[in-house]
Amino acid sequence: MQQNDGMTLIVKTVTRISVWMILLYGIYIIFHGHLSPGGGFAGGVIIALAFLNVMLAYGRKFTSDWLNISFLHDVEAASATLFLIIGILGISIGGSFLANFLMKGELFALISSGTILPLNIVIGIKVGMSLFLVVWVLAGSKTVKGE
Amino acid sequence: MPVEPWLIFILSVMIIASIAALEMEDILSSIVAIGVVGLGVSLSFLFLQAPDLAIVQFLFEIFAVIILVRAFLKKDYHKEKPSTINKILAGVTVITLAAVFIFSISVFELLPPFGEPLMTTAQYYLDNGAKDTGAANLVSSIILDYRAYDTLGEVTVLFAAILGTFTILRIKSKSKKDKSELGHAAK
Amino acid sequence: MIVYLLCFALLLVGLYGVLTKRDLIKIILSLGILGYAVNLLLILFAYRNDSIYPILAKGKEVKQMVDPLPQALVLTSIVIELGTTAMLVALAIKLFEKYETFDITQIRRLKG
Repeated sequence: MQQNDGMTLIVKTVTRISVWMILLYGIYIIFHGHLSPGGGFAGGVIIALAFLNVMLAYGRKFTSDWLNISFLHDVEAASATLFLIIGILGISIGGSFLANFLMKGELFALISSGTILPLNIVIGIKVGMSLFLVVWVLAGSKTVKGE
Repeated sequence: MPVEPWLIFILSVMIIASIAALEMEDILSSIVAIGVVGLGVSLSFLFLQAPDLAIVQFLFEIFAVIILVRAFLKKDYHKEKPSTINKILAGVTVITLAAVFIFSISVFELLPPFGEPLMTTAQYYLDNGAKDTGAANLVSSIILDYRAYDTLGEVTVLFAAILGTFTILRIKSKSKKDKSELGHAAK
Repeated sequence: MIVYLLCFALLLVGLYGVLTKRDLIKIILSLGILGYAVNLLLILFAYRNDSIYPILAKGKEVKQMVDPLPQALVLTSIVIELGTTAMLVALAIKLFEKYETFDITQIRRLKG
């Protein structure tokens, strides 16, 4: 398998249409984490699988032009810091570390349940970027025999 | 719907698949058998009324199979036959583990029977979870409000493991050619 | 009780793989089997007869639910297992580049 070209034309066309729907599905599962099963971890993996789909269908060179890989490294590190910032804001406003200090809202609404929604988003971004970057670095290391 | 016969069936399939994964010689077949075990775990989670966990287990197991296949498929290496002392050690291990299994039957009889857990803290979470946090998914309210410190620990462990993976894969290994060049340059 | 014993047998199969196999790939697969068995055993302890999943729905009456606390702990455990597996695979690739084999007895003998 050549590392520059990717797969056939049919795979590339179907990927071009369907990768946006996979991303939208991942964002939907992250945002509805407090209402239905799923949450930050499952949604993060779905986002990573969407990017992995592009990498497998189009090859590494096209993906490194389409996405900015060093920006993804920075986003991953920043979201781990955001988790801590939400926790420290909990000390200053709520009274204890990682306290639920935003307003709770009503049950079954989308914007509700305090800090659970921002924490879900932060975890989703972090897990997604981490897993995609691991497969990116693993696919880039050269093997001794073979390709 | 009775859940226990289905669980016994799925667990038996998983045990047979895991023994097959360890004894087969072809690497791709072993990785596919591990995939069957992970899929069985995900189905068991569905039968045990944990849909959150079934989604997460299925997706993470797909990722593990992708990483394993990408890393190990094209390596060809020479295999040796195991010597006799290895077979004796394997036999002793099997006998010891079978003895552990037989002694553990009396330990498992001391636990509460299957289907009647002791829920002391969990009853408080079930009764007051929606009122305290405002979330309808009670598992989310536990991991992100009542026990959010554990989630911070988990994010830290995942971060450290991924950073370790990046560091290991980026060190360029010194080959013998570099060492001989350094030796010539030093003279 | 039989389900507990079958899950414990799966754990012992994984333990046998870690102790006796000489191939590094088989050791990594056995660690994966150990992880699956432990997670399944924890959720088996949390099942309640004739109960439903712990998620409230609009318009439905509140029925009896299964234990949600082990589900939260096992969610954490599944994510950490993936990080560990990725790191083990990276180590195995680096060992193969240096020693040209996956056999752990050979890796102990060749030095430098």
